[in-house]
Amino acid sequence: MFGDYSLAELGSILVMQGFAGLILFSVFLLMALGLAIIFGQMGVINMAHGEFMILGAYMTYLCSHLFETHFPSLYSGYFFFAMAIAFVAACALGLLVEWLLIRHLYARPLDTLLATWGLSLIMQQAFRSTFGAREVGVELPQWMMGSLPVAGSIEVQINGLFVMGLTLLITGIVALLLYKSRWGLQVRAVVSNRTMSGAVGIDTRRIDMLTFGLGCGIAGVAGSAFTMIGSTGPTAGQLYIVDTFLVVVFGGAQSLLGTVASAFTISQSQSTLEFFLTGSMAKVLTLLMVIGLLMLRPQGLFVLKVRR
Amino acid sequence: MSSGKRIPHLSTLNRRELLAGAAAVSATAMLAPGAFAQQFPTAKVNTTGLAVTDTEVTVGILHSVTGTMAISETGSVQAEKLAIEQINAEGGVLGRKIKFIQEDGGSDWPTFAEKAKKLLVNDKVASVMGCWTSASRKAVLPVFEQYNGMLYYPTFYEGLEQSKNVIYTGQEATQQIIAGLDWVQKEKNAKTFYLLGSDYIWPRTSNKIARKHIENFLKLKVVGEEYFPLGHTQFNSVINKMKLSKPDVIYAIIVGGSNVAFYKQLKAAGFDLNKQTLMTISVTEDEILGIGGENIVGGYACMKYFESLDNPNNKSFVSAFKKMWGDKIVIGDVTQAAYLGPWLWKLTVEKAGSFDVDKVAAASPGVEFKGAPEGYVRIHENHHLWSKTRVGRARPDGQYDLIYETADLMEPDPFPKGYQ
Repeated sequence: MFGDYSLAELGSILVMQGFAGLILFSVFLLMALGLAIIFGQMGVINMAHGEFMILGAYMTYLCSHLFETHFPSLYSGYFFFAMAIAFVAACALGLLVEWLLIRHLYARPLDTLLATWGLSLIMQQAFRSTFGAREVGVELPQWMMGSLPVAGSIEVQINGLFVMGLTLLITGIVALLLYKSRWGLQVRAVVSNRTMSGAVGIDTRRIDMLTFGLGCGIAGVAGSAFTMIGSTGPTAGQLYIVDTFLVVVFGGAQSLLGTVASAFTISQSQSTLEFFLTGSMAKVLTLLMVIGLLMLRPQGLFVLKVRR
Repeated sequence: MSSGKRIPHLSTLNRRELLAGAAAVSATAMLAPGAFAQQFPTAKVNTTGLAVTDTEVTVGILHSVTGTMAISETGSVQAEKLAIEQINAEGGVLGRKIKFIQEDGGSDWPTFAEKAKKLLVNDKVASVMGCWTSASRKAVLPVFEQYNGMLYYPTFYEGLEQSKNVIYTGQEATQQIIAGLDWVQKEKNAKTFYLLGSDYIWPRTSNKIARKHIENFLKLKVVGEEYFPLGHTQFNSVINKMKLSKPDVIYAIIVGGSNVAFYKQLKAAGFDLNKQTLMTISVTEDEILGIGGENIVGGYACMKYFESLDNPNNKSFVSAFKKMWGDKIVIGDVTQAAYLGPWLWKLTVEKAGSFDVDKVAAASPGVEFKGAPEGYVRIHENHHLWSKTRVGRARPDGQYDLIYETADLMEPDPFPKGYQ
């Protein structure tokens, strides 16, 4: 297939393809982060993760309208404001859900799966009743569209760069929180031994609540960012949930590094295979690879040593 | 605009006035309950025990208003309700008001079959307007054939089906595809095509027809053909591939949420659809709501109806639709096709002089609907519609400008020879 192309063309495609892989990596990582925190640190399988993302997306939609009609002069910067709102909304709902639903189910991890799935259905129908069954279009300010010419025929997408930057930022913040803050220390303590942590005076209830809220909040930000590349509709969250779980499980549930490594492996293989094969075949082969590796390493790529 | 544009809108208008007159007459007749209906005694027009009384006839509406497909099917439900309301305002069918029972398929195919059975067996509806995806139609087809019901199916679809119990008011694949490809070859001097689609029966069958037409009839070249799982959201790799192979035409049959991701990423990657010809058969005005007009501006869509069509039928349809469902709403190809369902059924029943399904099925071929928003349609022997095919170009505001329409009605050909 490369016969007819000049070396320069092939080179620039290679660069752009590498960049496509990096964008996919950022997308995977961003959507998996919230879930990884909740699943990894608390053992709660949050099936409504996708819906929390879409909540963020709808907040962005509302913000874009608000700014368009009330503050047109600030329109070009509305996206940052929208992401903050998305975080707050998703986080608040997360805290509420934790308080109403999840905390009663900590001893029964499989039941959380069912409960959060039910929650996802409720949220979908709530979106449908509020915003209508049709998809909504989120308009972007002009500067966030199109692509930057880098050199010759190489072009990189601005929204891709934006997602990459955002992912970098949020991963950094989460890593800092987990490994440098007092909260992070307590979270890690609770993960390795809940009973003991309680015994030394850590309020495990509060930690759980904050963790769940943070995870949902990050999902909201991710959803907000994805309005740039994907659709916003009541059931759009379902588009992301499978890939998200794939990344988290493959990475090893308790490790942030694992999530990063797994997002990278899956995105690169997917995007490379997609280039040489077709979309559907790439997905099949990626899934086969993941299944194969999980058979060899059931705990995922990175395993945290935990005393059981 | 093509020279063959039909002129009979004038006569249509007259007919509308006539109908309005008839409505006034029957409204007076209504003062004596069922007087008009007495010309057609219930025992005569309903010999098979359908839900028909002296004053009412019951039909079913069967679409998904919950679940994934609610995005698409909502418009169809709205159109069908509008048509029913308008028919009732004109005096109903054989002097009987239409009452509808709406069931929710819930985007789940077995549910569709179950609800279809409920409508036919328990409610004894005289006809059903319903289904959207081919999967749901395939699920209800055995039910309609077993219990002898009548289904009016609105979506453009892949063809390869024909049933006594179904009237297909959307276009089948060859009607939608061939004229568009001919046009793009002639107007854009296209030589190479890149075919894309979501990975299920409709895009695959349609692209198969497109490929055969491109290679065997137009003698041009397909440089790539690719499918993506439903719900796929990352298209950067294939966009790079298209950058490499530089096709004259991108031919896209991507559906659902994937659509939004595809056009956003295409635009972000620097494809300007004013320079790169792109033709789609899956993006109606409804989908553009989600995609955003600015992301698809300049792209071409090939189907039979656009909201912007400039004819008196369409103008009154659009304003009635917006009056009933709100100003912000848009009307896509399938919504218009769904609107045809109740009207075609009414006309067929009146032609047959009976609600009996067998008589309606037999009377269907040849039924014409001159008041159709898309212009004029007629039911073919094979229960599909003769209709024109049109090419529209996307505007930034999410509407299409009509660029081309076929001079003649396209014949429906659900089992095309040489394309399988």
